[in-house]
Amino acid sequence: MKTLAELEAIRERMRGKVAVRETSDNTTRIVVGMATCGIAAGARPVLNTIVEEVSNMGLSETVTVTQTGCIGLCQYEPIVEVYQTGKEKVTYVKMDSEKAKKVLEEHIKGGKVVTDYTIKL
Amino acid sequence: MKELSLNILDIAQNSVSAGAKNIRILLDEDAQGILTLSIEDDGKGMSPEMVRTVTDPFCTTRTTRKVGMGIPLLKLASEQANGSLTIHSVSREADPDRCGTTVKATFDTNSIDFTPLGDVVDSLIVLIQGHPEIDYLFLHTTPSGEARLDTKELREVLGEEISLGEFEILEWIRGSLEEQYQALKK
Repeated sequence: MKTLAELEAIRERMRGKVAVRETSDNTTRIVVGMATCGIAAGARPVLNTIVEEVSNMGLSETVTVTQTGCIGLCQYEPIVEVYQTGKEKVTYVKMDSEKAKKVLEEHIKGGKVVTDYTIKL
Repeated sequence: MKELSLNILDIAQNSVSAGAKNIRILLDEDAQGILTLSIEDDGKGMSPEMVRTVTDPFCTTRTTRKVGMGIPLLKLASEQANGSLTIHSVSREADPDRCGTTVKATFDTNSIDFTPLGDVVDSLIVLIQGHPEIDYLFLHTTPSGEARLDTKELREVLGEEISLGEFEILEWIRGSLEEQYQALKK
């Protein structure tokens, strides 16, 4: 049973962690398009997979995951953009949960852009 | 949209764009299988003229493009399941204390063209992850019981330093709602 007491325990556990994160630099920002076009094309599972995997892979301290509206390339949705300090923006198109996992593993963790899924703008 | 829960996510994003501080997502299923969806916010609202145009994709001009296809798609889903869609809105200019928008849609779940509700928990998680500063009240009532989430209650426990968007908190919310839905099925 999920109780408020359990939530309280999570709060106590997280207090230290959040403080640590605020002092470290978030170097990577992953942005998922979440407008009507993105949602209809399947962006919801892509976003939820990324949020879950960033945590499972222990990347929460350097990676933030945010949502945005229509990027203007509706036919290529779901779209995921990766912003990293000092590097060019990378745009991944026609994403799904499996592709998102690969991007996290190879690009975010491994530093190598998964060019099979990118689009040149 | 493949699931009604995706329409819910999409319409609630309009409430976010309207600057809402509180969003209520209400689902009510009666014993006859009539489903009523209501999404209510305290955002900046719309003028009566805009309310008239947002439901019709062919009336939408470039200036209202921000609203886009979301409302017409929900209207379609509702009407093809023998229901209807209504919008009530008070703009901030008209009344800054009572402004906001309510989108209400009904569905006959027995209709062959009813779009299945799908994973409404997944949609709520996306909303909270994207905008953890907003308070959400979700209530799904059915003849066999209800599932509910009130982020104000969670915020009281978490205080200001822990965001609702933290993964551990999102997981707790998911777990809590899934448990409530499991109990409904029994």
